[in-house]
Amino acid sequence: MKGKEPEKRSILKQKLKVINLGIEIFADDLKRQGVEVISVDWQPPAGGDEELLRLLEKLGA
Amino acid sequence: MEKGNYRDSVTLMKVSNEVSKLKGVSQAAVLMATPLNKRFLTDAGFKGSEVEKAGPDDLIIAIEAANEEALESPVARVEEMLSSRESMKAEEIRPRSLASAVKVMSDANLALISIPGRFAKREAMNALESGLDVFLFSSNVPREDEVELKEAAKARGLLVMGPDCGTSIINGVVLGFGNVVRRGSVGIVSASGTGIQQVSTLLDGEGLGLSHAIGTGGNDLSEKVGGTTTMEGIRLLEEDEDTRVIVLISKPPGPKTSAKILNAASGSNKPVVVNFLGEGDAGASKQVRAVTLEDAARMASGFVNGKRTGAHPFSVSESRVRSLAQSESSEMSKTQRYIRGLYSGGTLCYESQVVLTPLIGEVFSNAPLKPESRIDDATVSRKNACIDMGSEEFVVGRPHPMIDYSLRKNRLLQEARDPETAVVLLDVVLGYGSNEDPAREIRHTIASAKKLAGAGRRYLSVVASIIGTREDPQDLQKQAKELASVGVVLMPSNAQAARFAALVASRGAVGRKLFGNER
Repeated sequence: MKGKEPEKRSILKQKLKVINLGIEIFADDLKRQGVEVISVDWQPPAGGDEELLRLLEKLGA
Repeated sequence: MEKGNYRDSVTLMKVSNEVSKLKGVSQAAVLMATPLNKRFLTDAGFKGSEVEKAGPDDLIIAIEAANEEALESPVARVEEMLSSRESMKAEEIRPRSLASAVKVMSDANLALISIPGRFAKREAMNALESGLDVFLFSSNVPREDEVELKEAAKARGLLVMGPDCGTSIINGVVLGFGNVVRRGSVGIVSASGTGIQQVSTLLDGEGLGLSHAIGTGGNDLSEKVGGTTTMEGIRLLEEDEDTRVIVLISKPPGPKTSAKILNAASGSNKPVVVNFLGEGDAGASKQVRAVTLEDAARMASGFVNGKRTGAHPFSVSESRVRSLAQSESSEMSKTQRYIRGLYSGGTLCYESQVVLTPLIGEVFSNAPLKPESRIDDATVSRKNACIDMGSEEFVVGRPHPMIDYSLRKNRLLQEARDPETAVVLLDVVLGYGSNEDPAREIRHTIASAKKLAGAGRRYLSVVASIIGTREDPQDLQKQAKELASVGVVLMPSNAQAARFAALVASRGAVGRKLFGNER
């Protein structure tokens, strides 16, 4: 195996614990499957103002 | 209009549907002001400077009622529904950012991201930096950003499934749109969500199951991205002891990427079924090529069961198929010549074109096999046509057609009015993520479409395949029964549905090509 690759347990071997951003039914469906999930109350950064967003990104915010 | 108030399109569809049913409301739409939605509003008669000024992050509540007074209670109801959804979740912890979510759930290992594409890279990168694998459902993410995300993931030993990833099934858990299928020994790596759904449900129908299905996102095998997630997916499944056979699914990639993937496949320590849709030929001994999704499922099951089975055009006998096709076409008028495929699954739309083209000739599409078959206007069919109604032009700011059937219902009626339509071909996709009861959703429209055609002394044939299992929340048997009750001919796979449609539209003439020397 390639020695350079960082050690990380494969996602296929883990019990999924999910953070959901966006469509709510995806989180609901995961709960129905017995998966632990936490939903972020996501809103567009800078109130969706694209110019402000670009500016913030330039500033590394 | 509410400025900068973001709600996801599925939540908004539910609110719209409920408000539309309120007394005194003639029509209602609650949606984000994307260009497509604004056009939709204007077409529906909602005009004005507020609609024009609104941007894609602004929420529009559009309600039509008899008078100003009659508007009050529906508007209040919308506000209530939108806020109750929030308060309902208030008992739960609702972090405002990914960073605070990671603090609350410190052992989280996956981020499921479905926010608008232009914000997706930022959040996906945050997730990777927090050590999370990413399932990125969002579409419209630029290729450069995809490359950057996938490189960042690779450097950290993480996986980015997406952008534009519809389905993954990891350890039996469905992410995004997917069916409740058995666990088993077939592992899938797929650039197509509905590809996973079709192959996994066909395997399930045969009593076989999946180890894992890793979605890569629709652009992973583009030359620009070069298959980073696909290669990683193959590696993970090769190391996975539960996986005995690997299935790769994609539309045909570019030549460089194709060579790279085929090379990895033939060097694999496990049998690999490569399904680059439409591309055949036998490969090296451990690698076989499947032309359709149905072939891929059949070949994978051949490897699991240790015996290969030959391809048949239909699961039932030739005589039964022919007599069924004959009864479908017997009352058609001479003008009815064409097949109109209305798809929610992009790959199913593509698979149908792969099946239909050798049988009936050129098929026009908004997602065509060849650029010259691109349809000028996807909202109007031309000759034989297969329309991917989940493509960008139909979905920005709207729920996917697997959830929201409204555009497909309108289109079905439009096709029924066209005297040249012989067969409407549909996919009905069940499983998590999809509409809660598709049959109930489209039953009446199908009946109306058939009536419309009947009024013009025509018979409209409606042929469908249901992508689902008995264990799906919508229940395959129940859906099948209800669709059959309004005269839909159901086929066990999308490929068979397309073949059957060709048999009907050609009044049996393609039978020779289909059955050849099977007789």
